[in-house]
Amino acid sequence: MTPAVEYETVIGLEIHVQLATRTKMFCSCGLGFGEEPNTRTCPVCLALPGALPVINAEAIHFGLMIGLALGCKLNDRSIFDRKQYFYPDSPKGYQISQNEDPLCSGGELGGVRIHRAHLEEDAAKTIHSGGGGGRIQGSAASVVDFNRGGTPLCEIVTEPDITSAEQAGEFLRLLRTTMRRIGVSDVNMEEGSLRCDANISIRPVGQQELGVKTELKNMNSFRFIERGIRAEVARQEGLLRAGEPVVQETLHFDPRTERLTSMRSKEEAHDYRYFPEPDLTPVTITPEMLERARAAMPELPAARQARFADELGLNPDTAKLLAWRTELGDYFEAALAEGDADAVPLANWTTNELVQRLGADVDPAGSNVRPAALAGLVTLVTEKKITAGAGKTVLDKLVAEGGDPTAIVETENLAAMGGAEELAPVVAAALEAQPDVAARIRGGDMKPIGAIIGAVMKETKGRADGKEVTRLVREQLGL
Amino acid sequence: MSAELIALSAKAAADAMASGDLDRTEYFEAYRARAAADELNAFTWVAEEAAGEPVDGELGGVPLAVKDLFCTEGVPSQAGSRILEDYRPPYTATVVEKLAAAGTVLLGKTNQDEFAMGSSNENSAYGPVLNPWDRTRVPGGSSGGSAAAVAAGLAPWALGTDTGGSIRQPAALCGITGLKPTYGTCSRYGMIAFASSLDQAGPFARDVTDTALLYRHMAGKDPRDATSVGHPDEIVLPTAQDLRGVRLGVPENLTGEGVEPGVLAAFEAALEQAKALGATVERVPLPHADFGLSAYYVLAPAECSSNLARFDGVRYGMRAEAADLTSMYTRTRHDGFGPEVKRRIMLGTYALSSGFYDAYYASAQKVRTLIADDFAKAFDRIDFLVTPTSPGVAFGLGALTDDPLAMYLNDYFTVPMSLAGIPAISLPCGLSEGLPVGLQLAGPAFSENRLLDAAHALEGALGFDGSAVLGTNPRGGDGPVGPNDGGLVG
Repeated sequence: MTPAVEYETVIGLEIHVQLATRTKMFCSCGLGFGEEPNTRTCPVCLALPGALPVINAEAIHFGLMIGLALGCKLNDRSIFDRKQYFYPDSPKGYQISQNEDPLCSGGELGGVRIHRAHLEEDAAKTIHSGGGGGRIQGSAASVVDFNRGGTPLCEIVTEPDITSAEQAGEFLRLLRTTMRRIGVSDVNMEEGSLRCDANISIRPVGQQELGVKTELKNMNSFRFIERGIRAEVARQEGLLRAGEPVVQETLHFDPRTERLTSMRSKEEAHDYRYFPEPDLTPVTITPEMLERARAAMPELPAARQARFADELGLNPDTAKLLAWRTELGDYFEAALAEGDADAVPLANWTTNELVQRLGADVDPAGSNVRPAALAGLVTLVTEKKITAGAGKTVLDKLVAEGGDPTAIVETENLAAMGGAEELAPVVAAALEAQPDVAARIRGGDMKPIGAIIGAVMKETKGRADGKEVTRLVREQLGL
Repeated sequence: MSAELIALSAKAAADAMASGDLDRTEYFEAYRARAAADELNAFTWVAEEAAGEPVDGELGGVPLAVKDLFCTEGVPSQAGSRILEDYRPPYTATVVEKLAAAGTVLLGKTNQDEFAMGSSNENSAYGPVLNPWDRTRVPGGSSGGSAAAVAAGLAPWALGTDTGGSIRQPAALCGITGLKPTYGTCSRYGMIAFASSLDQAGPFARDVTDTALLYRHMAGKDPRDATSVGHPDEIVLPTAQDLRGVRLGVPENLTGEGVEPGVLAAFEAALEQAKALGATVERVPLPHADFGLSAYYVLAPAECSSNLARFDGVRYGMRAEAADLTSMYTRTRHDGFGPEVKRRIMLGTYALSSGFYDAYYASAQKVRTLIADDFAKAFDRIDFLVTPTSPGVAFGLGALTDDPLAMYLNDYFTVPMSLAGIPAISLPCGLSEGLPVGLQLAGPAFSENRLLDAAHALEGALGFDGSAVLGTNPRGGDGPVGPNDGGLVG
């Protein structure tokens, strides 16, 4: 019996990012989000006879920023092409996209090489009703909402560098936070402002040649993407192990049933008949445009993560959490600047206690806790003016009502107890009250010391320092 | 009285209205009545009244006939196609808006070959236009309705579009003047597209001065058309009376083969006139011009196959009822498009298909560059290129409808300039077999002022008389009313 073949996974991603420009890609309509259908339209995005497209300068600007964020080569001359396909969501009968001369080529993000990034326009939305399960075949009626039609998109294509579902998810999360950081998109998968298709193939470990790939389309959450990729890798491996070939096709993953269904095979593939869009002239990137894009670039999450770790000494997970959640990182840095709290405890209080109290997706900038207040609180704790436990009580109060931590400590009488002279009588009283426990400790069994500490804490309303209590217990029992 | 008003040049009429010597309503009504009584099928729609408030501008009160494919708010804009039957757009094309702002009044929409595809106006879904010089013949195309209307005195002037000769050839066949401007000087916004990289709006008029006057108010950069550049110069009215120092070039490959003898004779007589005015005439090589037609009939269909994809029955225009989406598309486009349009959509779809792109579209683009280079080299030596506008005079209705290749040859002299994007004007230079012959002058990009000046000088010397067809009945009726010199005549 020959040993079982080991397979490795090869994944490339195609990501569509909806750009949050003021107007559509080729006309001056505002972007539509949840308005009445067909109210954000004009002759251009409805493709009325005679209407012509004009390139949105802000979309080019955002495209350049994306190129900078992904380390791409920004091409000083790029060309829009017509990609022909016939469907009601494509009112012109073609999509204006970029084919051979994209705005950005090459690049890298999070260890994954970027093949290219180009600009194009989004399709309108078709809604099929009356049978057919949401598909056009078998439905009684179809309606089209052109509000979304013409929304600027940036399509980002990676090289086939990704080797697992987890890595795909991690890359997409970094991409999302990077896009959010540079402010070009809402990058919300559920709302469709971030969409991802995955090209997946497997091959025996050591084989150079790529296996036959399939394309997994339109997955609308990170979780579904990872699950879809895992399901498809398992399906392909099953086929190959059974001696059957993988067929090149486009697949749809149903997250409810975990089933993959074929949308179309290679034979049915479109001939898009690309040719340069004659209604537009080539895009020329001037040094001024480049300078403007560069000037607009904030520090990117990957660089920020490295800075938090290297310069502030945060641990890797905390650094990543603060860097990838832009608003959290901004809040943390504001607090760091406004007070004199140490970075590490401040970072921990931000990512643990504060996030826990506010909820994982809430921007702390909008909460009752001002950055200076959190910084002040952390300083009180690190300087042992209050205990960590009292600090949490103060934070509860800050989250609920805002205010100044020092004032809260005062009014709630939460200041840490002074030194041994204040605490010693309390410890002595606790030991006296529980003589059996005291005896066990004296005999060398430290386990029940918790009962003594608990009693002291109760008596002092948590203001006592646990370590000091332990020291005093040992001292008073002569250990 | 009507004949006197009709004989006025547009400029003379505009001046007379500005000075109060001519009543706007009377002038408009004179044309409106003639357009409404149109026997040539030149109009697809005629205004019932002068719409809107009167505008005081240089063109104040002059009626304007507009080729059907210019979108005009609330007015049928059908591009000669069944698929846009009674389509009334919600907006107006930029050039029409600009002319309205300068004072023109919309008189009507003129018949045309469907989506500007044709050289005879027989491809219109609304029937062929008749040539006012001989109603058994075609007016040329695709802007046949505009040319016939201006020649027959149904409009003082008109808008057309030229993709491969669609202004110049009908101007020639109808004995009037037509200018295809430099690509990009006039906005294409609101022009229902045939071939985007070639389409250009231009004026038809009965003399060069009116041609210049209309063009002057058409040119201009439009923020809604990314390919529009406007004109670097203000367009001025031509004044030249001679051609001293002007170097004319005749293409070396123009041997007379395929050109009707009468056309060649009129052309050569015109060259003699030019020399008499002081011009020099020499032969210039245009080595790639012969490939112009082949390149054009790849590029234009390729673009049209894409441009016409939007006519799907979903949002506007005709929709055939059918059980499912694909059948609706198929039936709508089957019933809505005429045979020539379908032929070009198929040609263009094929030329752009995977595996054929390089052989057809990419090669044709290279030819286009070579032709543009040929012109650039020629214009180092000469000021203007001169050719007959069309190899023949107006042909009989139905004579070429079964032979598309022979029909395409009508564009032989006009297509190269379209490919190069350079301006060219056609002006009548004589008669052959009693029918007008057109002379084409072409210059470098943005040379319209010089080109119009040269045409103006030639026009004076040639003394072409188109007045025979200004009457409503070209076979009699009003009869000749004298030279159309822009003044009042009796």
